[in-house]
Amino acid sequence: MAKVLVVTSGKGGVGKTTSTAALGAALAQSGASVVVIDFDVGLRNLDLVMGAERRVVFDLINVVHGVAKLQQALIRDKRLENLWLLPASQTRDKDALTDEGVGRIIAELRTKFDWILCDSPAGIERGAMLAMRYADEAVIVTNPEVSSVRDSDRIIGMLDSKTVKAERGERVAKHVLITRYDPARAARGEMLSIDDILEILATPLLGIIPESQDVLRASNVGCPVTLNNVTSAPARAYVDAARRLMGETVDMTVPAERRGLMNRLLGRRAA
Amino acid sequence: MGATAEATRQLVRMRGRSYVAFVFAPEIPIVGWLEEIDATLARSPGFFVGKPVVLDLAALDLSRAAITHLLNNLEERSIRVLGIEGVEPEKLTSSMPPLLTGGRSCVITRTETRTEPAEKPESKPKPNSLLLDSPVRSGQSIVFTDGDVTVLGSVGSGAEIVAGGSIHIYGTLRGRAMAGVNGNASARIYCQKIEAELLAIDGYYQTAEEIDVSLRNRPAQAWLQGDTMKITPLN
Repeated sequence: MAKVLVVTSGKGGVGKTTSTAALGAALAQSGASVVVIDFDVGLRNLDLVMGAERRVVFDLINVVHGVAKLQQALIRDKRLENLWLLPASQTRDKDALTDEGVGRIIAELRTKFDWILCDSPAGIERGAMLAMRYADEAVIVTNPEVSSVRDSDRIIGMLDSKTVKAERGERVAKHVLITRYDPARAARGEMLSIDDILEILATPLLGIIPESQDVLRASNVGCPVTLNNVTSAPARAYVDAARRLMGETVDMTVPAERRGLMNRLLGRRAA
Repeated sequence: MGATAEATRQLVRMRGRSYVAFVFAPEIPIVGWLEEIDATLARSPGFFVGKPVVLDLAALDLSRAAITHLLNNLEERSIRVLGIEGVEPEKLTSSMPPLLTGGRSCVITRTETRTEPAEKPESKPKPNSLLLDSPVRSGQSIVFTDGDVTVLGSVGSGAEIVAGGSIHIYGTLRGRAMAGVNGNASARIYCQKIEAELLAIDGYYQTAEEIDVSLRNRPAQAWLQGDTMKITPLN
């Protein structure tokens, strides 16, 4: 049963694309067939993070407009044979996306893949709306700061009203993924605490990705962080998050996190 | 003696006078036309109350039974028919409204239409309430002018609740709450934790800056005392 997962946030620069690539690679590593779709038409980045920028021939817009077949636009990852990328167009803009075209592509991908990860653009406009439109589940990427959390709150409201599932009266399963978390700064009160974020968003936690140079390093070499340095702290955190997506129960841990806080987090997740 | 003679000979004086009335011209199918009336009534239940209504049946060819049926249907909707026009006299029975002639169309003056909104509150049921059982997210705007709004959850920063009555929030109020928007000065705002961006009751408002810091993060209520807003902790 295919699952369509949108990675979204509202705010830009919080780590949607990094998280899409890392979660996609981690899911693929577990044996599932995965496709990651870049919805950031005009400002595409996922191809760079995946290291596939030099192999893009056709893109999402070509398929939406019927210029190319889906098979022509899909790019297979060089490291994992069950990981695919559907890149965005860099020369067009988000108005080139149509609801009908996106619906058709998602429906076709559902027959071929276990996981369809939609990398949403920032904002709440057409691109972001269509990225979440057909989602079954959503990962809301949030940084521990007030502006990011408020934008995430807004996006959660839209997931509950503007998606096909919401219009049918069903619910999109939502998960909060906190990225760029620095336990030391949070302890000094320079960041919102995990508890504060979860209290504001009232949505279950999928994982906490620590702030790390490894993330930037992986992006620069065009490799999802979960493939680049498997033992790094962010890679382990993403792998744990991917296992939670697959329904496993994994203890919520952040490297260098105190135990007291961990226990509180666990209590929250069970509730 | 002369006076009594005059009294017995006094006649009932009759004068002609024309009045303004609403003319209904039913269309075929009558069922569809009645649905239109129902839709109007659903929007403003008191719309036809006390209005003189004339039925113009010139466009239709209805039997006596059909006219009776139509009149009964209008009566069920509390629409009283003053008279009927555009129909042969023999089709009307004595129990039906009389046949009218000599009607001229005119513009219904504004003063008459203006009275309609004033009638609405009388015919509306008691103000009810709106219950929201999920958090109100940033960017969402809940407007309910007919009564109280209750939220089981938090109201996010950048969200707003507008209520004709009071606002009850079983969670943290981080957004804006505007109660008593219809001029209800006795409306109040209650929340389990106050971190509001703005509170307003009947147009009087306070922004986050003006709300006492000592109240922050506590259960609180806000109400109007004259034209000052009072915010006090609930425990």
